[in-house]
Amino acid sequence: MSKLVQGYEVVIGFETHAQLSTQSKIFSRASTAFGAEPNTQACAVDLALPGTLPVMNVGAVERAIEFGLAVNAHIAERSVFARKNYFYPDLPKGYQISQFEIPVVQGGEVSFFLEEGKETVRKTVRLVRAHLEEDAGKSLHEDFVGQSGIDLNRAGTPLLEIVTEPDMRSSDEAVAYAKELHKIVTWIGICDGNMQEGSFRCDANVSVRKPGAELGTRREIKNLNSFKFMQQAIDYEVRWQIEQIEDGHAIEQATVLFDPETGETRAMRTKEDAADYRYFPDPDLPPLCVARDWVERVKSDMAELPRVMAERFVTQYKLPEYDATTLTQSKAMAAYFETAAQVCEQPKLASNWVMGEVSRRLNTSDSGFDSIAVSATQLGALIVRIHDNTISNNAAKDVFDALWNNHAPASTDKATALQQVDAVIDAKGLKQMNDSGALEAIIDEVLAANPDNVAQYRAGKDKAFNALVGQAMKASKGKANPAQVNEMLKKKLS
Amino acid sequence: MTHSTKELHLQSVSELASTLHNKKASAVEVAQHFLQRIQADKMGAFLDVNADATLAQAQASDARLAVGTGGCLEGVPIAHKDVFVTRDFITTAGSKMLANYRSPFDATVVQKLASGVNGQSGAGMVTLGKLNCDEFAMGSGNENSAFHPVRNPWDASRVPGGSSGGSAAAVAARLTPAATGTDTGGSIRQPASFCGITGIKPTYGRASRYGMIAYASSLDQAGPMARSAEDCALLLSAMCGPDLDRDSTSLDVATENFSAKLTQSVKGLRIGIPKEFFGDGLASDVRSAIVAALKTLESQGAQLVPISLPRTELSIPVYYIIAPAEASSNLSRFDGVKFGHRAKDYTDLVSMYKQTRAEGFGEEVKRRIMTGAYVLSHGYYDAYYLQAQKIRRMIAEDFQQAFTQCDVIAGPVAPSVAWTLGHNASDPLADYLADIFTLPASLAGLPGMSIPVGFGDAHMPVGMQLIGNYLQEATLLNVAHQFQLATDFHMQSPQGGAAL
Repeated sequence: MSKLVQGYEVVIGFETHAQLSTQSKIFSRASTAFGAEPNTQACAVDLALPGTLPVMNVGAVERAIEFGLAVNAHIAERSVFARKNYFYPDLPKGYQISQFEIPVVQGGEVSFFLEEGKETVRKTVRLVRAHLEEDAGKSLHEDFVGQSGIDLNRAGTPLLEIVTEPDMRSSDEAVAYAKELHKIVTWIGICDGNMQEGSFRCDANVSVRKPGAELGTRREIKNLNSFKFMQQAIDYEVRWQIEQIEDGHAIEQATVLFDPETGETRAMRTKEDAADYRYFPDPDLPPLCVARDWVERVKSDMAELPRVMAERFVTQYKLPEYDATTLTQSKAMAAYFETAAQVCEQPKLASNWVMGEVSRRLNTSDSGFDSIAVSATQLGALIVRIHDNTISNNAAKDVFDALWNNHAPASTDKATALQQVDAVIDAKGLKQMNDSGALEAIIDEVLAANPDNVAQYRAGKDKAFNALVGQAMKASKGKANPAQVNEMLKKKLS
Repeated sequence: MTHSTKELHLQSVSELASTLHNKKASAVEVAQHFLQRIQADKMGAFLDVNADATLAQAQASDARLAVGTGGCLEGVPIAHKDVFVTRDFITTAGSKMLANYRSPFDATVVQKLASGVNGQSGAGMVTLGKLNCDEFAMGSGNENSAFHPVRNPWDASRVPGGSSGGSAAAVAARLTPAATGTDTGGSIRQPASFCGITGIKPTYGRASRYGMIAYASSLDQAGPMARSAEDCALLLSAMCGPDLDRDSTSLDVATENFSAKLTQSVKGLRIGIPKEFFGDGLASDVRSAIVAALKTLESQGAQLVPISLPRTELSIPVYYIIAPAEASSNLSRFDGVKFGHRAKDYTDLVSMYKQTRAEGFGEEVKRRIMTGAYVLSHGYYDAYYLQAQKIRRMIAEDFQQAFTQCDVIAGPVAPSVAWTLGHNASDPLADYLADIFTLPASLAGLPGMSIPVGFGDAHMPVGMQLIGNYLQEATLLNVAHQFQLATDFHMQSPQGGAAL
């Protein structure tokens, strides 16, 4: 079910440029490191000096193969580099080498979960292709008065351009897709994912239509370099397009930029300006041949993919699909969960804790799963104590807090971690009341002190029962086991 | 040895190599001798000479010769077509666009012929300078040089051929014992033919294109130009070999010792004679010289086999679509931004591009850029470029069909002898049509060579073309050498050259 905006269906497709994490450029040996002095990382090939020729960086191809495997795509046995011809000062050869008709990665899909109202739904975005190409340099229009500077350090940096079908129906879906894609490329390590430095740049093609109508004319929002701006830009663009149509104007195909200052998109160029790029196969580069055994070799060297790991979590730990996908947001999170689950042997409890309390704490602090104050082993130990009824789930949160704020080193050894957890439980007196005699005394007192509630319960009001449970818990200072209280109260009142 | 008494400029490459090896002359003396001849040249063969750089290279050669560490052609002079980039000499590609351009590196071919690549020792040759050519190698008369035309040493009123016209004229006039050339559609073979010297274009990918200023990347190939097949064999052995780290189209095939493969007799060799090469367009003087040469080979034991290359005529439109298409893109880098010519007066970026390119490129280059941009344009690509690529593959298949019946193919290089300067000035198509016999082998990527086989009208040299199958350069050189053992056309020198 797609969500309509003022009666219009939103249609979004993405083109993402992921900068590949190779040491050297896609067709030369110059370094790709970010932030060097202008033009210090551009060699003769990058400067397009007469007589220079491109030579393929095998590492870039390998990363494209890894990506293809990660999204279940077809890896083309033969793909072709073409020249995209246009003049611009930061494009030294006067053409960009890019895969055009036959890309190396064909098809594939990206799946993710997102909240729709109260439901969590799984969404799959189909990929059209992912192709290798070189980046251009940078024009510096503001650094020199009356002149433009050219920095060719970025020229020839390897990019993987990942193109989707127009499968997204809201800005929420678009952002969720972008985050999932970001997760995949950083998980498999083909891209550092740094959006500020331009390592992961998204262009969104946005159009609107009445449900069931033909696709509307799209406008492409260029260079969205944060998830926040992405959402704002798409929302603004959708509102703008609907307004235009409602006012009787046709949408003109255009490329637009989002201005974070004003929160608006504005057109850079329209279709009339569209250049004829005179694509043709680059005669300097033979077709890229990727033999099956190369793909197999890359596959066997790759770490477990998030998708595969999530499937394993479902079968091995009997987790719901949602949990498995959430826990595989990052390698560090997944590893944290697995350690905790193995220590406590209660995967679902461990999953609840990692997705709940632990993520909440991390969100409000500066740390991540790889620098977390409470070790996964400690969390496992804590869950052991919940499961064996030593402490209640609520009390466990206090223990977690104490461990979080404790500056002593977090143990990664199960026995030591249990000792650390037990020490906190003892120090705080959080041990659950498992002595049925003491509990019975408390319950008797509560029943005696609340005759009204007892009467109401007997008259069929369930709410009164809950009030009695609450009183009993309160009287036990939270140490009573709620299940035990329930059971005992029911018995006494029957 | 008798040859050591010959004047230095009359010695062949192999003779000079032994003269130097046996210390009958030093590399510096040899270099000085040729530099003096170049200084007196009136044909316009050279675009840049730099005596200091040449003599420094010669001194380094002498030092290596003294300790016996020299390369196989140590100290022997050579000059390079101006599309090979060089550190020691300005490289212009015959264009105003690069009038003062100096490359920070040497082309692979230049390195291999000199001190070597990546620590591997080279042939040890000394560079005399840079040779005039048609602008960006586009032309067949050397009249498209932005600086000045080259004149044919056999008759100064005639063209030397092109685009490697400076290379052919300099070798013919004994200004250098050897030169490099590049061949995209015949640019080594045709000037070799017009100037009465020997030149070979190897299989596409045999010699590295790194450092060769690109005209049409899928066709450009470097090759040697010298007086004899024997010399070409020495030079080609030194020039070829894989360069996979720098040129992705370089073949992963080790070079060969072509000189060791010259001695086999042509007895039983099947020479294919394509009937399409002997049609009405062929001038009668050229025809008689070729027929006589084929008779000589027949008398040496070769067997002439009639064959057909049915798409020979189509090679002209196919070439003049593909080559300009690639050129239009290859020449985009000459935009005035990073190097080379930039217009003085412009108002904005687009006007800088337009002015720079309007001033920097000559007529023929502009014509090919426009043709190329047109055939690649949206809506025309399929009809022109793709169609041309299809026919190009068929032309290559025709050759494979032919090579089931013969070992080498022989025919004319050009339909006529060298024409007079300005003859085709108002008709660029006439130049294009004259490429008909050299284009097929270029489009197929096959090795081809030209050897002097006699003289036509006005005592102008006639060259015969030999075309071999892929990587069969040894066979071509062998046949050529056997022919040259029986003839002396390659030994004759023009009056202009001998008189100096």
